[in-house]
Amino acid sequence: MNNIIATTAIKARKLTDEEIHDIEHEKTHYPYTQAVGLEALKIVQKYQGWVSDESLLAVSEYLDIPPDELEGVATFFNMIFRRPVGKNVILLCDSVACWMLGCDDLQAHITNTLGINYGETTKDDLFTLIPVPCLGACDKAPVMMVNRETYRNVTPKKIDQIIAHYRDGSPVELDG
Amino acid sequence: MATDKPLTKNIEIGRAPFTFQQYEAAGGYESVRKALTMEPKDLINMVKEAGLGGRGGAGFNTGLKWSFVPPPDGQPRYLVINGDEMEPGTFKDRLLIEHDPHLLIEGMITTCWALQATTGYIFLRGEYIECEQRLLKAIDEAYDAGMLGKNILGKGFDLDIYLHTSAGRYICGEETALINALEGKRANPRAKPPFPQVSGLWGRPTVVNNVETICNIPGIVANGVEWYKALGKGDFVGTRISGVSGRVKNPGCWEVPVGITFRELLEDYAGGMQDGYELKGFLPGGGSTDFLLPEHLDLVMDPGAVQKAGSRLGTSLIMVLDDKTCPVGCVRNLIKFFAHESCGWCTPCRDGLPWVEHILNKMEEGRGEMKDIAILQEMTTYMGPGNTFCALAPGAAEPLQSALKHYRAEFEDHVAHGCSYKKH
Repeated sequence: MNNIIATTAIKARKLTDEEIHDIEHEKTHYPYTQAVGLEALKIVQKYQGWVSDESLLAVSEYLDIPPDELEGVATFFNMIFRRPVGKNVILLCDSVACWMLGCDDLQAHITNTLGINYGETTKDDLFTLIPVPCLGACDKAPVMMVNRETYRNVTPKKIDQIIAHYRDGSPVELDG
Repeated sequence: MATDKPLTKNIEIGRAPFTFQQYEAAGGYESVRKALTMEPKDLINMVKEAGLGGRGGAGFNTGLKWSFVPPPDGQPRYLVINGDEMEPGTFKDRLLIEHDPHLLIEGMITTCWALQATTGYIFLRGEYIECEQRLLKAIDEAYDAGMLGKNILGKGFDLDIYLHTSAGRYICGEETALINALEGKRANPRAKPPFPQVSGLWGRPTVVNNVETICNIPGIVANGVEWYKALGKGDFVGTRISGVSGRVKNPGCWEVPVGITFRELLEDYAGGMQDGYELKGFLPGGGSTDFLLPEHLDLVMDPGAVQKAGSRLGTSLIMVLDDKTCPVGCVRNLIKFFAHESCGWCTPCRDGLPWVEHILNKMEEGRGEMKDIAILQEMTTYMGPGNTFCALAPGAAEPLQSALKHYRAEFEDHVAHGCSYKKH
């Protein structure tokens, strides 16, 4: 992947009105604009799906934060995506409670079903699979998230339902 | 009569959390009304006297922590709530925020008065979507009711509370790393001193407290120190959220009197082990605590008692290791987590953890050598206390060093024959 600091050919894109509106709202929460850096990256990701070099430079210019500093923040956090992801991001918990209750089998099931490993995206750009540290629902392990939904007591059968849900909207239960 | 479950009295899983009106009708925001008639220093003394220990894992006396904040100088000072719950096996702050967000907000307002803080931030784990939605709604309701904003309850006290959602990084749970993250920087921990109470967020006095810690404040202030102390069992004070995960019949977390034993939690609350599984050991309070054995079940869940047995109470949410799960694999999973989440600042952590992970991978794959066990042992010293800015590497060393002690034969068996457990 290109290192943004060494790449002069890339130019900032223009932030959208929606992005600017949301960033301005966050600015009211902090006395210094640097504090809004992470929030702004999250806002960009909400609308664009990921944080491209052009987006990162746009935020850098808008908030007057040096691009290398902002890149340092962007690459630090697990949930800021500096590469394109699929329309739906599957976050499978691989921490200890979920591991004890079989998350490796679930990963194998997802990999067999979708043909993607951790860090990969399906050819139709519908799903990306990423491991995530403990999601704080260990009493209902194994646990996974898809986008902003949390699914508990996950089984291979339930994963089939979840994948179908994001493909064609068929119903799926969150819990149990 | 005041409740004996001050943290969870309003919680009913499956129904929406109380709105401001419902919460107030159930006796909520009483502590704010009372606090605003009291001197801030009297409030700090009250919490100190109550003996409330921090619930984030370290267990330091909360009132004492507050007392280190210098007197007001007319400039900003901050209360920051640590809701970045990411310790493996810990799921208590999610419960409190998701199901009773007003309890946290009430605790924050009362605490901010005690500290004379001008702004409160809630640093919330970004993956806790339901918490975010419910907190934002509750904060709006509190502003609408005049419980936040300018001139609260007509007492001339101004306070704003903002929600900051993070983007997934375990190290942000360390209070100085959290402060850097809130300032918009990479979340590397800071050297101490200065401590945040003196120089924290933007160089101003800052107290960082865990969610559950602050949820204890409304009860203490509204009902008094004697009531709070009587909640505990025997000489122990208060209640806390404890829980169990792993192969037990009824995993979950509950508000329990401080002073119960691990056995009571495991057997009476969690229903004991699942049929066909024996207890082989347990991590008493998160991934960064030393394994304890079945013989330790009758220990009281108190930081001092657990320390004597060679571990830490930590978050008091225990994870059970059963006899059909590989202890080496379990440690490998924990170390993989810590290696991934290290911020990379200090060498023992940045280089030590991936090395340990590599050796454990070798062992699990049947490529381990006897000298690897000695290397692992040595690594627990390098990663131990005193060699790093923060407690991440020393915490990671805890399950490793205790597994090497308690399950040494299994490590040796891995070297001789590879892993004989069914793969998870």
